[in-house]
Amino acid sequence: MWTTIVLAGVGCYVLKLAGLSLPDRLLGHPLVERVADLIPVALLAALVATQVFAGDGALVLDARALGLGFALVALLLRMPFLVVVVGAAVVAALARLV
Amino acid sequence: MSSPAAVSETVPDRTERSAIIRDSLAVGVATGAYGFGFGAVSVAAGLSIAQTCALSLLMFTGASQFALVGVVAAGGAPLSGAVTALMLGSRNTLYGLRMAPLLRWRGWRRAAAAHVLIDESTAMSVSRTTTGAARLAFLTTGVSVFVLWNLATLVGAATGEAVGDPRAFGLDAAVGAAFLALLWPRLQDRRNVLVAVLAAALALALVPATAPGVPVLAAGGVALLVGALGRRQDPTEIPGPGDVAGGHR
Repeated sequence: MWTTIVLAGVGCYVLKLAGLSLPDRLLGHPLVERVADLIPVALLAALVATQVFAGDGALVLDARALGLGFALVALLLRMPFLVVVVGAAVVAALARLV
Repeated sequence: MSSPAAVSETVPDRTERSAIIRDSLAVGVATGAYGFGFGAVSVAAGLSIAQTCALSLLMFTGASQFALVGVVAAGGAPLSGAVTALMLGSRNTLYGLRMAPLLRWRGWRRAAAAHVLIDESTAMSVSRTTTGAARLAFLTTGVSVFVLWNLATLVGAATGEAVGDPRAFGLDAAVGAAFLALLWPRLQDRRNVLVAVLAAALALALVPATAPGVPVLAAGGVALLVGALGRRQDPTEIPGPGDVAGGHR
């Protein structure tokens, strides 16, 4: 785990430094930019889906879905970040008590 | 410089300076507090307090950190977690390309500034018209987020360790909510919504068939496909001041 942390940490720093150091034309290709813009969208959406609906190699519907539902409503109401995240945890925890 | 769009070395006046510092610190506090959530989620995923703090110090880019511990928590190999983190970290490269002509740092200053090149510091400085104002906003935001994010990570990790079973407190549900909150500002664009839906559907379809961590990486392929087919530039690619935590206060 430590090796992963150090390598991924250094890798993320190199990605930042490359952006500030490389000439614009090297990475400025429209295709590269489009794909790089879409990667966070695709990965974050996939992470939302798998964190909420996956468990032990199968699809699961449990209290986490209620937490996500709360997060969705909170975001629509433009609540702050922390309210969204803590609220989702509280909703899921309460649902498990019932 | 007569043109307001020109990048000049003009030093911002006192009123502008205090406005920049006030706004940047507010973003720093809001984002830093969120580090508490990362700390708690990370120890819940099975990392030690030291490993959790090392991630915040070394990697220091929230979405990548959450991705790494999220994949590990789901039972994925650390390598899949690292690759997902690096793919998410690649957006900082694009921020750097935008910010370099505005910040105009060289040598060790550029190397140091690169560490705090993140969503928030970019959002708070990208629209400034002078190098002086951009540097001030970039550094105030970046450094305040860095300090508070790391302190909050430590407190969150210690709290998470004390709490014990993360499921009892819904911490597993907090991870999904955190990713949705990170994704949210990018969903103003319709093409992004399409990519998000396709990526989520593909990932879920792969869950029963593949090892944990693989579905998320495969979903990155949707970005490649849509990016290769599409033409239009994404208007939400660079976050604005309204997109960061606390930005809509």
